[in-house]
Amino acid sequence: MNDFAAHVVHLGRRSVLRTLRQPISVFPSLLFPLILLAVNVAGLDRATLLPGFPTDSYLDFALAFTFMQGTLFAAINAGTDLGRDIETGFLNRLALTPVRGMAMVAGQLAGAVALGLIQAAVFLSVGVIAGARIEAGVAGALVVVALSVLMALGFGAIGAVMALRTGSGETVQGLFPVLFALLFLSSMNLPRNIIDIDWFRQAATYNPVSYLIEAIRSLVIEGWNGQALALGFGMATGIAVLALAVAALSLRTRLVRT
Amino acid sequence: MSAARAIEADGLVRVFGKSLRAVDGIDLAVAPGEIYGFLGPNGAGKSTTVLMLTTLLPPTAGSARVAGFDVVREGAAVRAAIGAALQEAALDPLLTGREHLRLQTALHGLPRAERGTRVGELLERVGLTEAADRKVGGYSGGMKRRLDLALALVHEPSILFLDEPTTGLDIQSRSALWEEVARLAKDEGVTVFLTTQYLEEADVLADRVGIIDHGHIVAEGTPAALKAEIGRPTVDAEPANPGDREAFARVLARFGEPTQGSPRGVAVRLADHDGLAGVVRALDAENLPVANILLHAPSLDDVFLAKTGRSLEGAVEDPEPVGA
Repeated sequence: MNDFAAHVVHLGRRSVLRTLRQPISVFPSLLFPLILLAVNVAGLDRATLLPGFPTDSYLDFALAFTFMQGTLFAAINAGTDLGRDIETGFLNRLALTPVRGMAMVAGQLAGAVALGLIQAAVFLSVGVIAGARIEAGVAGALVVVALSVLMALGFGAIGAVMALRTGSGETVQGLFPVLFALLFLSSMNLPRNIIDIDWFRQAATYNPVSYLIEAIRSLVIEGWNGQALALGFGMATGIAVLALAVAALSLRTRLVRT
Repeated sequence: MSAARAIEADGLVRVFGKSLRAVDGIDLAVAPGEIYGFLGPNGAGKSTTVLMLTTLLPPTAGSARVAGFDVVREGAAVRAAIGAALQEAALDPLLTGREHLRLQTALHGLPRAERGTRVGELLERVGLTEAADRKVGGYSGGMKRRLDLALALVHEPSILFLDEPTTGLDIQSRSALWEEVARLAKDEGVTVFLTTQYLEEADVLADRVGIIDHGHIVAEGTPAALKAEIGRPTVDAEPANPGDREAFARVLARFGEPTQGSPRGVAVRLADHDGLAGVVRALDAENLPVANILLHAPSLDDVFLAKTGRSLEGAVEDPEPVGA
């Protein structure tokens, strides 16, 4: 293992430990998406009667949204942790070691990825226990987990960018509502083709979050849909690559060691 | 510049924004194995200087070499040679002391087989063996500072930067840290660059002191030389009978020039260091009863006062905009 990879592993271990030792961060990220799922399923079940609705189970339809919401929690956690490292000077401590800047960020994201993995496992298990049926089977469930992890990496990197730009964990937390609004302007509650309001349908169409949700949803309610998966994985990869690149640039501004 | 010096700086400047000159052209020359005390009030430029010398902040102008390496062009080599405990112990409250040290040994590239031994040695050295597996969030301020020191020593640096290492610590913790720092310099030949706003700390620990104010070094030398430079001890005698003030002034004038004393006392700067006994005998011979008599030896605060026109004890300014 080269130095960069070794540093990522060591810092990643720290990040995962931090995440697991903060139940106050882990539990809400598991609980709130499931509560919202329960509320939506209870209140919007009759939406399945709408012409063109792709399934007769709103639970199957809405399950995908929990993964997206969980991803946002992972992003905020990653950003908050990095922001605190900047505030406390821990980043400076790391800067005095031979660790490369991107290894610091990548290590930090390991916690977000770990949280994404835990969330995906919990959401899938709870969904299945509650009666959801994964049409793509066990292999599809594994693809859901893989996409969730990729989403956690990408949105975790967005959290890291916010932390590097602001240098404050609290400010990152304050940005949560902004990210949350992105969720609601997507196809989280209804398929895009039956959203009646024009501007909302347009917003959902341009919102990359819609494609992430639809990729997971396709595995649950349709089975294997190549186009939805390609769009979902493409968006997730694009977000991850773009966010990591911006994080690298932000790090150069934040970390001015010679 | 000479590589025989552990730390050298030549006209080091750091400007924040358009015009805030936090460090304004300082020169430094610290010998290997020396403990150099960098003394000054908050906002004087101490931490900014340390950040530049530790490569965490590029200088706006001037140059500096640490362990023989240029801090701008050879940052990685500088970092390999130094250890640093910066202002506020930068620790993760969710990790244990042992986990901190293990992470630090791994990041510094110590072979896996040596990490456990090194961690154990350092925990023992700073007296944290028993607390090693407790989360740092539960440590006292003194324990955090000791762990901070241990982390700075993981890779056996030849130069150690300590930025206000005892700020906020109780006397016991402060003394323990002083002992360890002194031992590092004496027994292991580690060069220590220590910033402090505590006069006593600089006086007790430092071989040489640089006094910084408004980004400039206003005085530099051994504590004894600096104190000797600004003057002799002052004796301040308070008459038991307030009506004796004039007589007191007359008697004391034989031993030195008058100076500002306590509100009810009469003070003179002694012409020689053994004058106190003479003052006592003369007052007794004149049958002048004394309510109180104080001998005030020059302190580093007096040096600061003499050089800047104000007392270090009250010279608290806005915090430095480091890391801005």
